[in-house]
Amino acid sequence: MAFAQNPRAEERMFYLLVALGGLVTAAGLGAALYMEHAGHVVTGMNNQIVWGLPHVFAIFLIVAASGVLNVASIGSVFGKAVYKPRAPLSGLLALTMLAGGLAVIMLDLGRADRLIVAMTHFNPTSVFGWNVILYPGFFAIVGLYLWTLMDRAMNPYAKPAGIAAFLWRLILTTGTGSIFGFLVARQAYQSAVIAPMFIILSFCWGLAVFLIVQKVMYAWNGLELDMRIRNRLKNLLGVFVAAAAYFVAVYHLTNLYFAKEMAFERFILLEGGLFPFLFWGGYVFLGTLLPLILLYVPAISRVRGSAFLASLLVILGAFAFLYVFIIGGQVFPLDLFPGYEVTSSFMDGKIDSYAPRWPEILLAVSGLGMTFLFVTIGVRIFKFLPQDDLAKLEGSGALHD
Amino acid sequence: MTARLCVLLAALMGTVLAPTSVGAGAPKPNIRIENPGQCIAPAEEMRRNHMEMLKHTRDRTLRLGIRGEKASLNGCIECHASKTTGSVLGPGGFCQECHAYAAVKLDCWDCHQPKASLKTTGMAGVKP
Amino acid sequence: MTGSQEKSRRTFLAATVAGFGAVALAPGLHLIALSHAGAPRAAGEPASSKVRWGMLIDTTKCASGCDACVKACNTENGINETVADARQGSQWIRKIDLKDQKTGRTHSLPMLCQHCEHPPCVDVCPTGASMKRADGIVLVDRHICIGCRYCMMACPFKARSLVHQPLTEQNPEVPRGVGCVESCTFCVHRVDKGQQPACVEACPEGAMVFGDLNDPKSAISLRLAQEASTQVRADLKLNQGVRYQGI
Repeated sequence: MAFAQNPRAEERMFYLLVALGGLVTAAGLGAALYMEHAGHVVTGMNNQIVWGLPHVFAIFLIVAASGVLNVASIGSVFGKAVYKPRAPLSGLLALTMLAGGLAVIMLDLGRADRLIVAMTHFNPTSVFGWNVILYPGFFAIVGLYLWTLMDRAMNPYAKPAGIAAFLWRLILTTGTGSIFGFLVARQAYQSAVIAPMFIILSFCWGLAVFLIVQKVMYAWNGLELDMRIRNRLKNLLGVFVAAAAYFVAVYHLTNLYFAKEMAFERFILLEGGLFPFLFWGGYVFLGTLLPLILLYVPAISRVRGSAFLASLLVILGAFAFLYVFIIGGQVFPLDLFPGYEVTSSFMDGKIDSYAPRWPEILLAVSGLGMTFLFVTIGVRIFKFLPQDDLAKLEGSGALHD
Repeated sequence: MTARLCVLLAALMGTVLAPTSVGAGAPKPNIRIENPGQCIAPAEEMRRNHMEMLKHTRDRTLRLGIRGEKASLNGCIECHASKTTGSVLGPGGFCQECHAYAAVKLDCWDCHQPKASLKTTGMAGVKP
Repeated sequence: MTGSQEKSRRTFLAATVAGFGAVALAPGLHLIALSHAGAPRAAGEPASSKVRWGMLIDTTKCASGCDACVKACNTENGINETVADARQGSQWIRKIDLKDQKTGRTHSLPMLCQHCEHPPCVDVCPTGASMKRADGIVLVDRHICIGCRYCMMACPFKARSLVHQPLTEQNPEVPRGVGCVESCTFCVHRVDKGQQPACVEACPEGAMVFGDLNDPKSAISLRLAQEASTQVRADLKLNQGVRYQGI
């Protein structure tokens, strides 16, 4: 699908993609308006499943937004030459994904009309409250960083800006993970390992998103990524996938070790129907093992498209993981009275189920739509295509170390 | 030339005078005072500051637990609810009529009860 | 009879009369003391941190299948909207039935906002809408609640509800509305008038006692001093205002 030779077809395709992104976004905004008007009664969310599909999508986007910036950080902070031309695209993706994710979270609020209240009232003990500072800060710092990258006059400031963005992003994802990690009430959360786990997951998901977007942009322009550069990126993705799996394993093993969390772990990992299926089939097999095979088994990893497929699978696994983590953590009853069989009018002692309905599905998916729309327009207007000076890289030995 | 000047002048005059004439012609809100007498402050001050009074009261009542404030939303409703509909909302309703005129959105009524007739339901156990 | 004798006789008589009077009136006074949580707070006076409102629930008296407290709460607080899915309706107070997995012994009890001294809902609220009043009552300031539901995720007792639909039939003294989170207020509008929460008043078994935990002479403090009581999920050390007896 190279459009390099046919600008008119390229233009048509661009407007088609913008229309597609716009349509998905508009559908989500419409759904949000409907939810705002009718109340959350039109969704599948309730007082037991407090956070639903919009949160799964929003948290994916927010976490991956922070992780995708990793590509730029490796270039600017750690001085790896191969990553430097990729920094602007990495910054653009970080900004647009965060915007998409935040929009979904905001539009899902019970009182979405009170955004100004959220901005003007601040509770210092709330992890959510910290995020109200962390997110706009991320926009500002990454925006500045992008400026230093794309304006030649500002280039000398790229390194300090990159370091600031790198640190800010680590704090940001710590904040996102801690939204769950600090919830003492629930068996599924309340763990210190969640914050670092989210950071590694963000590296993994962010890089997968980056590789997909880069692949599509290269194909659009009729280019092929140099195999040596591609191999470095895919090896890095493999390391992140494995590291993330390690943290997820530790998280579940810790819970398994505590007798009081056994029932919950048995539910999530064995008996909970959809949830074990999504965890083992979605996250572990499709999102972790298969990508590792695609990335590391020499005969397979050499095939063009294997890294692209692995990236897609990692993202599929990400959604499976978040669905199990967020929804699975809520369908399981709170253990208020250990040692007792519990019954009540409000799901005490019972495993609940969650069936998302169309307003929240449209809203959730529109987060991806918004991001897609912003990225499509962004890469059209500015030069975000990573361009490698292969001769120079070769000369400096950057492709061999 | 003179004709053109005249047109220009007329247009200018029109622009300058238009707002006044529109203001004079627009319908005034139809506000009915159900219980004429003394409000908690002169009408002029109420018109200008009622929102501030209510905002401060709401924070003091809810967050500090101060009861029996001079300005209270329930007090407004008690006195200003329409005798026919029992409410401060609806066409001709004291709050809605003016707020619609001034194009100021109200979200008090998402949570607060706009009808005075329901005033007694929460008083179980209270001796008159 | 001398003047001084006369005086002492009068004093004696007065003392006797007063004594008999006190004996005769005491049960009545006692009843009054029980039926009033405290004196109504004077107009203009803020809630005081000298008071800590609390509740003791005697689960040995609470009957399974009885939901008088739930009904009274719904009536008092205007929770009257119909919802197709019960999970989307507000439950300020709900009845929980317990059965010991080993011994088979059963209990029944109402679960409501526990009015923690260290409420997780207040810690996590991004805007400060979730708040604790000076006298320990945990409330939601709906004027600044944005409906993020983080407090519902944080509450260990599932005591909070989001209003899922527009409402019109609110009790004027209990504002509640769509998109905001809410929970039991200990009937704060009644308590401020010196009355008891509606559930306490409605309980046919007298299984709920409400009062000032900081006042050693209050009915609740006297009971707590005599009887063994527990806090649900005491491991979290939230020091709830609601205590249970018999579990």
